[in-house]
Amino acid sequence: MLREYLPVLLQIIVAMLFAASALLVSVLVGASGKRTRAKDTAYECGMIPQGEAQPRFSVKFYLVAMLFILFDLEIVFMYPWAVVYKDAIKQSSLIFWSMLSFISILMVGYIYALKKGALEFRK
Amino acid sequence: MPPFLFWLFASLMLVFGAAVVLNRNPVASALSLVVSFLGLAALFMSLDAYFVGIIQVLVYAGAVMVLFLFIIMLLNLRAEEGRRINWLAATGGIVVALILVIQIFSVIGHFQAARQTFPSLERSTTDDVWNIGALLFSNYNLPFQIVGVLVLVATIGVVLLSKREPR
Repeated sequence: MLREYLPVLLQIIVAMLFAASALLVSVLVGASGKRTRAKDTAYECGMIPQGEAQPRFSVKFYLVAMLFILFDLEIVFMYPWAVVYKDAIKQSSLIFWSMLSFISILMVGYIYALKKGALEFRK
Repeated sequence: MPPFLFWLFASLMLVFGAAVVLNRNPVASALSLVVSFLGLAALFMSLDAYFVGIIQVLVYAGAVMVLFLFIIMLLNLRAEEGRRINWLAATGGIVVALILVIQIFSVIGHFQAARQTFPSLERSTTDDVWNIGALLFSNYNLPFQIVGVLVLVATIGVVLLSKREPR
């Protein structure tokens, strides 16, 4: 049983080697100059940098990420639904209607988000 | 699954769980949490719960971590980096955790049913995604619909909270 996971292990090793080799090659091949105080100062008429290197993000990004997770969860429930659908539909059409009602409940939220302009970035 | 793999993944989870707390850089903490989640996914897989394991990777290590990273960038948690570890509070926490472990062990030691090993569960003939689907759409249909309502409430809440109030 453990043998079946060998490809997964190989993939992890390849990913690690790739990341390590990318770092190693950039150190070996890339030419890095010496840092001095004079070199680190702003060049000629450049301004002295102010504030943080990472600016604060708009809350819109959070909104998009959160909506993504919520609809991601919807898809999670669709995987087992799609797997059992063929077997369950032979007995009754309940499985079809229950998924339809689930999606329509979520569709209300989607339409609400659209109408409120939650997915519009320019404002 | 051989026991050494369980110990490997469990200790991986604990080490990176500790790294989440000990790291002073919030982004490094979040990425340690990803590794901890991956260890948990491996433990789920070892219990033949492949679906739950994959969902753990897709939803938690993927989507929820994106949300965490967005929040870190949103709040700009620079002040956290300079903060020192409060050793008094840390010692208190460790003592409480140790007392909990001692209590758990003493309870297990005195509780008859906890000492015997249980027979392993029967292997299912159908795959686990099928089992989950068959149960979800027969016995647990109403809870499933309620989950839909819960997600709807969350959607509306997010839109409402992040909406700028018109002045």
